[in-house]
Amino acid sequence: MEIEVLHAKSGKSLGKVTGLSPGSTILDVKNEFRKLKKHLYPDRQSFRLEQKSKMLKDEATLKALNITSGGKLYFKDLGPQVGWTTVFLTEYAGPLVIYLLFYIRPAIIYGASAASKPRAEAVNIAAACWTFHYAKRLLETVFVHRFSHATMPILNICKNSSYYWGFAAFVAYFINHPLYTPPSYGAIQLYGGLAAFIFNELGNFSIHIAFRNLRPAGSKERKIPKPTVNPFTWLFTWVSCPNYTYEVGAWISFSVMTQCLPALLFTAAGFYQMTVWAMGKHRNYKREFKDYPRGRKPIIPFLL
Amino acid sequence: MAQRSQQSSLAKAYLLLYNIGQTIGWSCILFLSLQHYLITKSWVGLYRHSYIQLLLEVFQTLAYLEVLHCVLGLVKSNWFLTAVQIFSRVFLTWGVVWSIPEVQDGWFVACFLLPWTLTEIIRYSFYALNLLNSVPYFLIWCRYTFFIVLYPIGVSGELFTQFSALPYIKKTAIYTYPLPNRMNMSFDYYTVVIILMLSYIPLFPMLYFHMIGQRKKVLRGLSEKKED
Ligand SMILES: NC(=O)c1ccc[n+]([C@@H]2O[C@H](COP(=O)([O-])OP(=O)(O)OC[C@H]3O[C@@H](n4cnc5c(N)ncnc54)[C@H](OP(=O)(O)O)[C@@H]3O)[C@@H](O)[C@H]2O)c1
Repeated sequence: MEIEVLHAKSGKSLGKVTGLSPGSTILDVKNEFRKLKKHLYPDRQSFRLEQKSKMLKDEATLKALNITSGGKLYFKDLGPQVGWTTVFLTEYAGPLVIYLLFYIRPAIIYGASAASKPRAEAVNIAAACWTFHYAKRLLETVFVHRFSHATMPILNICKNSSYYWGFAAFVAYFINHPLYTPPSYGAIQLYGGLAAFIFNELGNFSIHIAFRNLRPAGSKERKIPKPTVNPFTWLFTWVSCPNYTYEVGAWISFSVMTQCLPALLFTAAGFYQMTVWAMGKHRNYKREFKDYPRGRKPIIPFLL
Repeated sequence: MAQRSQQSSLAKAYLLLYNIGQTIGWSCILFLSLQHYLITKSWVGLYRHSYIQLLLEVFQTLAYLEVLHCVLGLVKSNWFLTAVQIFSRVFLTWGVVWSIPEVQDGWFVACFLLPWTLTEIIRYSFYALNLLNSVPYFLIWCRYTFFIVLYPIGVSGELFTQFSALPYIKKTAIYTYPLPNRMNMSFDYYTVVIILMLSYIPLFPMLYFHMIGQRKKVLRGLSEKKED
């Protein structure tokens, strides 16, 4: 059978894809379409039924979509892609390196004798927490997460990296400054913050493991996440994205522990971003699963 | 900037009032400036002449309402770009000229104030008449032509003003919040002003060529209409 491919923006015809059968999937269409446009590798392509409707999944078959010979599909170029792993490694390795550069207090930034001045205990603990957090994320990217998309647009790498790298420098500059003021309430604030930080990191890790177990290796399945035997995952009872809840909790704890306004600003920016994502994911869950548990909120129990 | 969408008559009345108000405000500044020039034979010292300072502060700050107009959908333009443009002027008005009296008598004050005044009178009267669907051709022409000289002159005036404020900002450490402090963040006004000055390097050409593009589009559109 034969399908006409139209440009989603302009509605102009981009050519006819042949060699398909009703059992062919969107991925087959992508592979066929590539024969017409050599530079558009499948990950770069997206197809939809209407000019503005939702992007079709790779696994969907033409039969299931009610597309018969002579039917139409709308095409959108997603732009050049890079692998998710590459993106995350650049995004997260940056903050790690940048933070540690400030930690050694280079003379060009803080002046000649800064490196030899003593560091407050909070400064050392903060460096350990920061390093742990980003090392954890790097390792999770490689060993834990099972992403459903192989790639993402190359532009995202620039956007996300400048966000993470910029904030890392901003926070690190002030915490590692020789004129840093330790937390006002001393050990209680410092160790209280540290304990809360560790708690939230464990929670975040537990949720990532739970997500991994929801998805059989190599698949793109998406299931309703449920509380498991691990008490940290019980947060699923109240929110759709507890990994974000814990992530925000970790940064609030970090800000309390260091008593540093830039860290709090980083927390606020992250919170905003994660809330937007959580609301999107929450909406998708509710749309996809008719039996999605009621009473769950996107990110903050009972509230948001 | 002020493209009309389907506005309710209330919104239209409000916008008309706003634009007429702004036109009058800036016209007063122009009138007082000319009066100052006739009396002193000099453009220096404008800022301290009669009500000019007050009028500038009031009408320039009121311009923030335009961001609200965009957000509320009264006017179809990007609220963020509008906010950036207005911020740079409000910043100069309050953050530099008002805050640092030493720069108020400089010749560069006239160098930005007069171009601002002329541009704003043209711009707001254009908007007001546009709401009534009766903009005369010559006003459109002024709006899309005067900026070619006024904009660079104004920008030079703004930059000169900020530049001459720098030594005083350094000396008085105004609006500066140094380390060590309990929030573990410092704020260095001197650096901020320098960064804002540097931001003109990418922004000025962008806006200028955007306006040049607009000029071509609008004036070509008009001449085509005439031929029809
Ligand atoms: N500080 C900050 O500003 C900030 C901002 C964002 C994220 N983060 C951190 O980075 C971590 C990862 O972020 P993310 O946005 O990639 O998290 P995410 O979208 O929640 O996903 C984490 C992993 O779990 C998978 N997954 C999610 N829901 C699933 C389900 N219902 N069934 C099966 N698998 C599912 C995802 O696969 P898919 O590929 O299919 O989505 C992905 O591989 C966050 O948990 C947080 O710790 C920090």
